[in-house]
Amino acid sequence: MHEMGIATEVIEIAEASIPEEMHDAKVECVNINIGRLAAVVPESLRFCFNILIENTRLAGAKLHIREIPVKAYCKDCKHEWIIDAPVFTCTQCDSGALDILSGRELDISSIEIAD
Amino acid sequence: MEIKIVRKVLDVNAKMAEQNRKLFGDKGVFVLNVMSSPGAGKTETLVKTLVRIMPDIKSAVIVGDICTSHDADRLAQSGVPVVQINTEPFGGDCHLAAHVIEKAALDLDLDAIDLLIVENVGNLVCPAEFDIGEDCRIVVLSVAEGEDKPVKYPLMFRECAATLLNKTDLLPHLDYDLEAALNYIHQVHPDMPVFQISARTEEGFDPWIAWLQKMIDKKSK
Repeated sequence: MHEMGIATEVIEIAEASIPEEMHDAKVECVNINIGRLAAVVPESLRFCFNILIENTRLAGAKLHIREIPVKAYCKDCKHEWIIDAPVFTCTQCDSGALDILSGRELDISSIEIAD
Repeated sequence: MEIKIVRKVLDVNAKMAEQNRKLFGDKGVFVLNVMSSPGAGKTETLVKTLVRIMPDIKSAVIVGDICTSHDADRLAQSGVPVVQINTEPFGGDCHLAAHVIEKAALDLDLDAIDLLIVENVGNLVCPAEFDIGEDCRIVVLSVAEGEDKPVKYPLMFRECAATLLNKTDLLPHLDYDLEAALNYIHQVHPDMPVFQISARTEEGFDPWIAWLQKMIDKKSK
């Protein structure tokens, strides 16, 4: 729902990450990780990103989104698995004592600059 | 050429939230972030809660609403300091972010309070994503909303420490499957405490307030 704000942050961070000596460089791609538990819709984010980058140093750049699965670890039986449906009990022993290992990410991992 | 960055997109918010947490910690203020969908009964629950806990627990409220000061006016009637945040006059932000709380807190005498309640914008999606520097998050869910909200909005129910299941006075008039609702909550958050309350009749308030008191005591120790 707040994808426009997220896109703005992504663009600000990406622009600030272009090394000074490369100020004319063309950014081809911005790579980000979005966990499936993060309240962000990838398609909406891409839509906002594409509109907002016009007239910025990222104009023409692609947003590459890597979706990160929700991975859980059972503290009782040490089982590790991917959660696909909103059920947060262990698929092996039914325990609710879980650690969520991944799935909350909302990170920029890198930018790719034309050689 | 690839340039590694590895930065959280919400880094700015996260840092601000940590600053808030430190400020509230230094002042000995317990901060409760109250979330729900619109109309679940956050304001009424808080009004009734505040009347019961005062003057033992000195409290203040920050209330976020997209528009109007109706909630702030109702809360102010309970006699606590209230700071109203309108995110936008004609419909704006879907959540309260940390910087908004920092600014609102400037209008409060933090030395004079033990409990700061933040009534978030009514929305089961976005507020769960934004750390505001709180100590504890709770969600208010009303029986009028249907049983399956927890599985539709799992992040909210994962992130919160307790559910207040509100409007139980309506149960005789609804085809509401209470057991299914509790199962859905515990499917998403297995050991989550659920307090069945009616903000209208104040039924079920004692266990909820005892739990809140325990959480506040835990921080002050």
